[in-house]
Amino acid sequence: MTIQADASEATSHATIPGTFPILETGRQQVLEDGIGLTQEQLEEVLRLPDEALPAALQLAHEVRLKHCGEDVEVEGIISIKTGGCPEDCHFCSQSGLFDSPVRGVWLDIPELVKAAKETAATGATEFCIVAAVRGPDIKLMNQIKFAIDRINEEVDINIACSLGMLTQRQVDQLAEWGVHRYNHNLETARSYFPEVVTTHSYEERLETCNMVKAAGMELCCGALIGMGETLEQRAELAAQLAALEPHEVPLNFLNPRPGTPLENQGIMDGKDALRAIAAFRLAMPRTVLRYAGGRELTLGDLGTRNGLLGGINAVIVGNYLTTLGRPATADLNLLVELNMPIKELQKTL
Amino acid sequence: MTGVSVSTGSTSGAGFCGHCGEPYDGGDGPPSYAHRECSERLAMEPPRYCAACRRRMKVQVTPLGWSAECSRHGVLVP
Ligand code: SF4
Repeated sequence: MTIQADASEATSHATIPGTFPILETGRQQVLEDGIGLTQEQLEEVLRLPDEALPAALQLAHEVRLKHCGEDVEVEGIISIKTGGCPEDCHFCSQSGLFDSPVRGVWLDIPELVKAAKETAATGATEFCIVAAVRGPDIKLMNQIKFAIDRINEEVDINIACSLGMLTQRQVDQLAEWGVHRYNHNLETARSYFPEVVTTHSYEERLETCNMVKAAGMELCCGALIGMGETLEQRAELAAQLAALEPHEVPLNFLNPRPGTPLENQGIMDGKDALRAIAAFRLAMPRTVLRYAGGRELTLGDLGTRNGLLGGINAVIVGNYLTTLGRPATADLNLLVELNMPIKELQKTL
Repeated sequence: MTGVSVSTGSTSGAGFCGHCGEPYDGGDGPPSYAHRECSERLAMEPPRYCAACRRRMKVQVTPLGWSAECSRHGVLVP
């Protein structure tokens, strides 16, 4: 695929002739002083010419090593309730409002525990349980409590959840049950959000994120890029995420899904994706920056490698919620080859 | 549901495409042309339609596997 070949051209991180002022600034401000780039500065990174990409990735990699270390955090994700969501996120095949081939299905708890065991066996330290809902109802909360207890009985792994928008009571319950990290994505820039979602607001998403942090859970708050946003909006998103100070940012690239309003959106250019990885790292020097969905399509194998050498320090291993990822062994072997140790389990609660 | 189908939802040797649900002979060209992109897609996602009857299947994806269940023809696994 051409896109993969393009992305693979950025494999060399050797010093290149010519300097780029924003990278000089980044070296001092982010690498040395630990202060993330501003929105305007991030726009400059996203506009760097192709010949500057190896230097941008190199800087992002140095920032990651200095401020996060060499470990890579490995996570598995699973859907406990798939499809039939009442929301209208235009990228999502699980919305019940679109003519998507994804059918509603619930996963039973024994299957969930089995998947947690398999995930832990890969060396993963995180297992995230996801539901396609606007927010959890009592039935789902009861299922989650039961699932957490069963997994904790049998598997040594940190449990995260992603259950949509929460009430304060639900936040408190999840924290009490030992959920150490909660995922709720901003997805896109505030200025682009109404183009992508109309059934809830950006502010509602922020509200859940803030409650999660206030309750002492780690916040995992992600981005989905390549949905037709401008470079300015991509920089805006990175800056808005940085302001939220999440523990983790999963970085998704649009995989246009059949039946969704974004099904005809082209696949993002591989080099733009790598520029975004570098920019997000330079915006958030200390955050866990995780490869999430769409990288297989956008970056291919070589691009995946470049991102791991360009600011990424976490991966979702294996499959996603409704699509398949690279084989787990491919990513794990790549980490060995790159001499990047898998982060070890530290039960936080 | 009881049976276990031997089909993996691939685009050959069945009536319907596991990716788009259209008949194999329903495209503009020979089947291999009409559903070439579908075949590529099926390397990166599980089938959504039963290859035998075109019913939408209940698909469950886990970190290290997937299964797809047709109410008439049973469960597909990779
Ligand atoms: S809330 Fe989540 S599951 Fe529902 S449509 Fe939006 S992204 Fe999909």
